[in-house]
Amino acid sequence: MSALPRLPLDRECPMHPPKTYARLQANEPVARAEVYNGDKVWLITKYEYVKALLGDERFSAVPSMPGYPQLSAGVGAAALEERTFLRMDNPDHDHYRKMLTREFTVKAVQRLSPRVQQMIDGLIDDMLTKGPPLDLVPALGLALPSMVITLLLGAPEEDHAFVQDRASARINFNATPEQTRAATRDLLGYLEKLVTEKENEPGDDILSRLIVTYGRTGALSHEEIVHMGRLLISAGHETTSSMISLGTLALLENPGQQAALVGDPSLADRAVEELLRYLTIIPFSTRRVATAEVEIGGHTIRPGEGVFMLTPAANRDPEHFPEPDRLDITRDARHHLAFGYGVHQCLGQQLARMELQAVFATLFTRIPTLRLAVPMAEVSFRDDSVTYGVRALPVTW
Amino acid sequence: MRVRVDAGKCVGAGSCALVAPDVFDQDDDDGTVILLHEAVPAGHEDQVREAAAICPAGVIALNHTGG
Repeated sequence: MSALPRLPLDRECPMHPPKTYARLQANEPVARAEVYNGDKVWLITKYEYVKALLGDERFSAVPSMPGYPQLSAGVGAAALEERTFLRMDNPDHDHYRKMLTREFTVKAVQRLSPRVQQMIDGLIDDMLTKGPPLDLVPALGLALPSMVITLLLGAPEEDHAFVQDRASARINFNATPEQTRAATRDLLGYLEKLVTEKENEPGDDILSRLIVTYGRTGALSHEEIVHMGRLLISAGHETTSSMISLGTLALLENPGQQAALVGDPSLADRAVEELLRYLTIIPFSTRRVATAEVEIGGHTIRPGEGVFMLTPAANRDPEHFPEPDRLDITRDARHHLAFGYGVHQCLGQQLARMELQAVFATLFTRIPTLRLAVPMAEVSFRDDSVTYGVRALPVTW
Repeated sequence: MRVRVDAGKCVGAGSCALVAPDVFDQDDDDGTVILLHEAVPAGHEDQVREAAAICPAGVIALNHTGG
């Protein structure tokens, strides 16, 4: 009997999920695997099953539940310290999430769009002034989400290097529990100060609105607002940032797709859905523990057993995405599961879509000849983090 | 085609308002779904089918026999 696969598996190619996912999907879509400490988990790789289980509230997202699966001791320790709806089941989850949803509706995001476009125009002006070659990660990938978070939370822009550093340390698979706990403490200390300032003098930002609407009525404690702020600042940083940089690389590596977008920038809407599908940059966060016996694909998952619903595999399921390993920005990919599925599906997804559509439409319109400044083999990938991405992206034009 | 929503289960992801903005809106206070037309206007059936398929909380139900 061969050894069980151990998560996380190595990627054979940095732009594709590990090949084992496709093999499992074809032969064993509900499979056993193990994690860093030898704990056994279930791996779900078929689109239908991933979607069904993520929508099934017999699975819990609470990390303190016995059997909740983790990928490293450090990231597991950070998850245990979370006090937000991300780590709650219903009815608590919906109760807290609904305090934030109004900030991220389709209409709320549309109202932000002109400001975000101005930010993108400014950043690309700066790139053109500075001239090639340059690293796209700080110039655009990190810069834009940082500016957007500044606007939304009313956080000082000069704090971003600190926030970015601490947020990354919390989600690194190689970090020890002591390191991730220290990073969480630093972020909470930072938010503590920011929230206190806004309690004294509310402004026009999400934290202030939480304070005025829910803090002052007693619906949210000071500590709960601090933790929500911490969640927003983490969720808004590395995710969109990674999609901007890795998404740009995917287009540069597929010149036909880049040319199609240059020729018709209105394809940006579809391109973003396809890039979200193709890259699925948060591969392991869709994991749960069963609270009841659940039958799936001829297997029985028992209470207390951990499950990874592998969205990168589901998003390459040929039954739902023909020729799944091909990047095709003209395909209809909106049913991808890159934002997750079920009640925990990404709260900020409409904001992410808007930022990404504007970035790609503007970047490739203003710099149509954009290309990599180094061979692909020299690009360094961040494969030791909850959020997959590139460490740097040297580009020229 | 007729459509029903269970707004109490809605998590405000906004997928329906994104793909079928003539049929679904979101509440300004908590982002939950507001159904604009129980009877789907002609020509919007595919959008509504997609909205139902991608709704993360399974809130949207279609009824083909109701008209």
